[in-house]
Amino acid sequence: MLAAVSIVDVVKHFGSLQALAGVSLDIGQGEFFGLLGPNGAGKTTLISSLAGLVRPDSGTIRVMGHDVIRDFREARRLLGVVPQELVFDPFFNVRETLRIQSGYFGIRKNDDWIDEILANLDLTSKADVNMRRLSGGMKRRVLVAQALVHKPPVIVLDEPTAGVDVELRQGLWQFIRRLNGEGHTIILTTHYLEEAEALCNRIALMKQGRVVALDTTANLMAAHPGASLEEVFVRTLQS
Amino acid sequence: MIGFLTLLEKEFLRFWKVAFQTVAAPVLTALLYLLIFGHVLDDHVQVHGVGYTSFLIPGLVMMQVLQNAFANSSSSLIQAKITGSIVFVLLPPIPYSAFFAAYVLAAVLRGLMVGLGVLLATVWFVDLKVVSPVWILVFSLLGGGLFGALGMIAGIWSEKFDQLASFQNFLIMPLTMLSGVFYSIYTLPAFWQGVSHYNPVFYMIDGFRYGFFGVSDVAPEQSLMVVVACFAVVSWGTLNLLKRGWKLRA
Repeated sequence: MLAAVSIVDVVKHFGSLQALAGVSLDIGQGEFFGLLGPNGAGKTTLISSLAGLVRPDSGTIRVMGHDVIRDFREARRLLGVVPQELVFDPFFNVRETLRIQSGYFGIRKNDDWIDEILANLDLTSKADVNMRRLSGGMKRRVLVAQALVHKPPVIVLDEPTAGVDVELRQGLWQFIRRLNGEGHTIILTTHYLEEAEALCNRIALMKQGRVVALDTTANLMAAHPGASLEEVFVRTLQS
Repeated sequence: MIGFLTLLEKEFLRFWKVAFQTVAAPVLTALLYLLIFGHVLDDHVQVHGVGYTSFLIPGLVMMQVLQNAFANSSSSLIQAKITGSIVFVLLPPIPYSAFFAAYVLAAVLRGLMVGLGVLLATVWFVDLKVVSPVWILVFSLLGGGLFGALGMIAGIWSEKFDQLASFQNFLIMPLTMLSGVFYSIYTLPAFWQGVSHYNPVFYMIDGFRYGFFGVSDVAPEQSLMVVVACFAVVSWGTLNLLKRGWKLRA
């Protein structure tokens, strides 16, 4: 079966800093995949390379078989990315923001799906509120909604629950699990390891631009009996 | 195509939602220029056989078209870069040519709206004739496009608002203020007349003014060639920067 994401020997330097030191991994279609690692491990650089925001020095990345550089239009159409930073356009309200984002992906008259996303993310009452007036947690929800407007088969969530309250976090995961159940591939980076443990079928641990562990969550846990994922994480990074 | 139209619509709405600041304010500025300079000089100066206030109006209109076209694309890009919202247009599959066209067209639209506003606000002061509307339209479109593209370069290059301000204050302002908006270059000493011929904005103002009075410092065909050449060079440069993702994609 064609991999949802295929990363082969990707290297990226920022000046003298080696952010990615030959990363290779495949993520299968329909997987709920966790990308974990300490700050500066290269997770966001890898995700940015996947999204076309960063151009690797060498190596190839494909989304559903489409090269993210040579065939960028098709690759980007298949990808929805929730960025780590809490960014928004202050000129528009929530509905306008989502309509505009749909248009960027070539979709007009997307209100039925937009309404469904708004309902699932508990944003319906905020649809006509300007982005500036939303709380941090609400803005985070809109970022998730923006990544989903074009129904991408591959969804990348870079720290989606940072600064989000428990109630929303649960609602968000319920919605993302549903999407995963419908066949969407989910790639998640998070510092909440209990979330990764509960959600991800497979996990890659990154350190200093390299993948230092890559296995199913069950196998990683089985290798360290009785340990939590946090302990597994610490032991793997120390070794 | 939908991606391009959406980006164009978004760029239009971005300035239209704050039209008081982006359209009405520049019109007021131009009106103040006209009231002050027109009042002081109208009885004393004639240029190309027309009264000073009549001479001044097309120059002010074109100056505002250019400055606002530049301001639109440059401020949109720098703001998106600094707030991080630029990712919303970098993540989707929008080709760089569509990206360029949407920003430049929105800049032209704002320039034309401000220009029209200045014309409507000032035309009551004089009996302004229009000899050739085609030249007026051609130079306002090309000038707005050229300054919209320049604004994109400035917005992409700048990492802070003060860098953009220096671009605006030390390049765009001198080029527009010293282009013959307020005078005919034939009133200048020979040396400065020569220097003025190296300023592309001079040709935009002069060609635009020709559309109103049918007289100009240089032939409008010559001005058109200069402006088309400048537009082609700046557009090519901007498209290349976008293709490389310079300062947009790491």
